[in-house]
Amino acid sequence: MPVIEYIEAIRLAMHEEMERDGDVFVMGEDVGLKGGVFGTTKGLQQQFGQQRSIDAPLAESAIAGVAIGAAMAGMKPIAEMQYSDFMFPATNQIISEAAKIRYRSNNDWNCPLVIRAPIGGGVFGGLYHSQCPESVFFGTPGLKIVAPATAYDAKGLLKAAIRDPDPVLFFENKKCYRLIMDEVPDEDYVVPIGKSNVMREGSDLTIIGYSMPLHFAMQAAEELSRDEGIEAHILDLRTLQPLDQEGILEAVVKTGKVLIIHEDNKTGGIGAEVSAIIAEHLLYDLDAPIRRLCGPDVPAMPINPPGEKHFLLNKDKVKAAMLELARY
Amino acid sequence: MKQAGSVQQKLRHSELGLSDERVISMYKTMMLARRFDERGQLLQRAGKVNFHVSGITQEPSQVAMGFAMDREKDWFLPYYRDYGFVLSLGMTVRDLLLSIFAKEEDPNSAGRQMPGHFGSKRLRIVTGSSPVTTQVPHATGFALAAKMRGEPSVAIVTFGDGSSNQGDFHEGCNFAGVHQLPVIFVCENNQYAISMRYEQQTRGRICDRALGYGFPGIRVDGNDPLEVYRVVKEARERAVAGQGPTLIEIMTYRVTAHSTSDNDLAYRTKEEVEFHKSKDALPVFRQYLTDAGLWSEEEEATLQSEIRSTIDEANEYAERAPFQSPEDSVRYVYAEEGN
Repeated sequence: MPVIEYIEAIRLAMHEEMERDGDVFVMGEDVGLKGGVFGTTKGLQQQFGQQRSIDAPLAESAIAGVAIGAAMAGMKPIAEMQYSDFMFPATNQIISEAAKIRYRSNNDWNCPLVIRAPIGGGVFGGLYHSQCPESVFFGTPGLKIVAPATAYDAKGLLKAAIRDPDPVLFFENKKCYRLIMDEVPDEDYVVPIGKSNVMREGSDLTIIGYSMPLHFAMQAAEELSRDEGIEAHILDLRTLQPLDQEGILEAVVKTGKVLIIHEDNKTGGIGAEVSAIIAEHLLYDLDAPIRRLCGPDVPAMPINPPGEKHFLLNKDKVKAAMLELARY
Repeated sequence: MKQAGSVQQKLRHSELGLSDERVISMYKTMMLARRFDERGQLLQRAGKVNFHVSGITQEPSQVAMGFAMDREKDWFLPYYRDYGFVLSLGMTVRDLLLSIFAKEEDPNSAGRQMPGHFGSKRLRIVTGSSPVTTQVPHATGFALAAKMRGEPSVAIVTFGDGSSNQGDFHEGCNFAGVHQLPVIFVCENNQYAISMRYEQQTRGRICDRALGYGFPGIRVDGNDPLEVYRVVKEARERAVAGQGPTLIEIMTYRVTAHSTSDNDLAYRTKEEVEFHKSKDALPVFRQYLTDAGLWSEEEEATLQSEIRSTIDEANEYAERAPFQSPEDSVRYVYAEEGN
């Protein structure tokens, strides 16, 4: 099976879906001739033309709003927000419009839209090229939100998102683009939205997370297994909305100890909802208080290297938190 | 409104390609919208419904817009005062009353949304919301889809003068201009955004903004529905011919309060309102039909009685109709299995 980069998996998913379905098209700033500022849409305009790989004016509310209109007309737009930090001008279109179109029309209209947005720091992007805005959209009924950690999931989830009849926010991690490589089959497949995935089996403690920080947990887990004999059970949420409650609870009962990790800041983050779900269903099965290791509650990470490093999770921080919980 | 100068001269509606039957139908639709709107206000005052938002005096131009478009091919994105517009597109007074009473059978939203939040896929009327102007980029998106698919469809979107200040107005127009899309942007400038007079919001003319987007902007007198018809029809022809968008500013006046929750005399005088009421296009249009030999006192009496019974029946039906059940009111957040 070929091993490919995370970014290539995203590009391939778009490419294959555009070949499969003439209604699928991409739209965003610099996505056409240039192929996107990260190169995610490279080659799509050359193959599918300017009409299906549209360079949009620099106006995020229009990128979302025009895509919403086209989606209601029956097209399958993939709207790209250049950085998730820049999608806030489109928030009204996403939350007031895309999320509510099916509900407000009593199922008469729907909005099969995908909005792709790169999240995460570690690229010296400072406050406005590094954010994780998941929690802004999380909890908005009508939206689905996915955030893959692997190339396999990136391709499968993007295909599922494009084929979904409702709006899906696809948060791709820009640090993962070239760093993460894994096996991706040539054959067509989808990763179902709403299903978590066990990345590692273990019996001592459970790590729940999504996107880039899971790779720190995987590295830490190998070291803890080798050096301390501690076996971590690692669950990748993959879909943030709707959360896979069954998958979360299964992962928790395996060990009775839970560490939730994400790069988005702690207060009001996805981890708060995950821990509430666990508390509602399994409080008396826990052997330790639920722990969260997240970005600090500051507006966003600074660009100076020590500041950025302090904000971000890394293998050592995750390993320390895992060890402490395992010894509780 | 100008009338035919002599018997030899072709009547204005004939010159525009409107048959006698169609121009009479326009008048009937305007009057239906007026009487429906009055009923809505009455129902709110009587405590039968919670809310009504009016479009009185704007109906003649709204109906003219609807008649200038193709109901089979085009896409319609109305704003909340557009009763005349949606009635001219095939929505019925019963549909509107079901919406006012917020009943399950309301085709717009099954009684989920406030009245005036139109939507019907069958009638190609696109679902709308309350944060104003969000529908403008949507119209551009419908036009983009039509262009990509090579369909001869035109999207027409309406909004108020207040809305023209939103970013979505600019962003939607600009995108459509760049891509030369088949869309018609219609500002129904009724001079007020709730309490804010036009001059408090906008220095220049809204239609002139089109210059910056690279397409024509036209200001038209809303009290002259035949002129509105002509301008919209021409904009539609340009759009279908691949010549891109048009911005139309219809000059009108809001004679009612913003909604039944607003006291307009807190910010304007009765005299000002009365002056504009005296310019109402509806009786002028009736006079035009009468002068053209197309309308009589008897026909007017018959029309009024027909409308009265249509509205009465619809009112009774809607009042008695059931609300959506609480169980069903949580459905359709996402697609359900098997649909």
